Amino acid sequence: MKFSDFFRKKSSGDVAKDRLKMVLVADRSACSPEIMERIKNDIIDVLSKYVEIDREGLDIKITQMDGEGEGSDGRTVPALYANIPIRNILERN
Amino acid sequence: MGEVIVITSGKGGVGKTTTTANIGTGLAKLGKKVVLVDTDIGLRNLDVVLGLENRIVYNLVDVIEGNCKTKQALIKDKRYDTLYLLPAAQTRDKTSVNPDQMKQLADELREDFDYIIMDCPAGIEQGFKNAIAGADRALVVTTPEVSAVRDADRIIGLLEANEMKDTKLIVNRLRQDMVKRGDMMSAEDVVEILAVGLIGVVPDDENIVVATNNGEPLAGDASLAGQAYMNICRRVCGEDVPFLDLDVKKGFFARLFGK
Repeated sequence: MKFSDFFRKKSSGDVAKDRLKMVLVADRSACSPEIMERIKNDIIDVLSKYVEIDREGLDIKITQMDGEGEGSDGRTVPALYANIPIRNILERN
Repeated sequence: MGEVIVITSGKGGVGKTTTTANIGTGLAKLGKKVVLVDTDIGLRNLDVVLGLENRIVYNLVDVIEGNCKTKQALIKDKRYDTLYLLPAAQTRDKTSVNPDQMKQLADELREDFDYIIMDCPAGIEQGFKNAIAGADRALVVTTPEVSAVRDADRIIGLLEANEMKDTKLIVNRLRQDMVKRGDMMSAEDVVEILAVGLIGVVPDDENIVVATNNGEPLAGDASLAGQAYMNICRRVCGEDVPFLDLDVKKGFFARLFGK
């Protein structure tokens, strides 16, 4: 990288690449909003057996993360990202 | 037994037909017996790119419907004795043909030709399904633009779903000067995103426009694009050919005063 590059904004080629990566994650995962909603509800159902969940604060989405393990070649893979705030651990006998 | 190759892209206007014409010409130059099949029924163009538009008597739909023998519909190229065109019908639509019929036709052509090249229409509907039906391998053409790469990704997914065993990528209309200054994705960028093997990079070259104007594909001539197409043909035949340096050589003054 040249010294002058520090002052330059990101090149349009890189912008294109980043935008493409994001749009392809969505295209490839091909999860309709209805499916996402069903996944969300099922996760809530399972977790609710053990913990009390903040349903309003719950956020799930398909994102991209670096592939791990053999054969991934540093490629990114779609991943299900879930942020689930827990209010309370349910005591069970 | 010949090999059936489909040339496809998803997005329109990225250069499928030009690529088909040039790969056909290049393979014929290498001494192969080649037939190019225009599957873009209703919007045929491969005939004009090859300069054969005045010689059409029968077409693909005539062959499928049995109005003529396959050999009667094949048009021999003006310049190369081993290159033939099977033109599309212009006054019909994609539903005039189905994938089973295309597969049958491809298998018939295998008997007489080394390479059968299907020029696929844009889109992912019936025309696409027809074009890929009989193919052993696919060449996906894209340009280094977000819209074309996105559509190429979709096409690659659909080819996989249709159990295409061998899919390779052609990055078309690359401008090395723009890549250098960061304003165009490089072929490597596109390959990284699509995760499919690269078989060729064709520079954006004015000579392509001239060649199309004249109806004489330039594969194998001295132009950069002509060399790039010839290299693709050699790779199609299994040769290991290094990728071209696409830097456009500037003159002395341009180097002195240009950036």
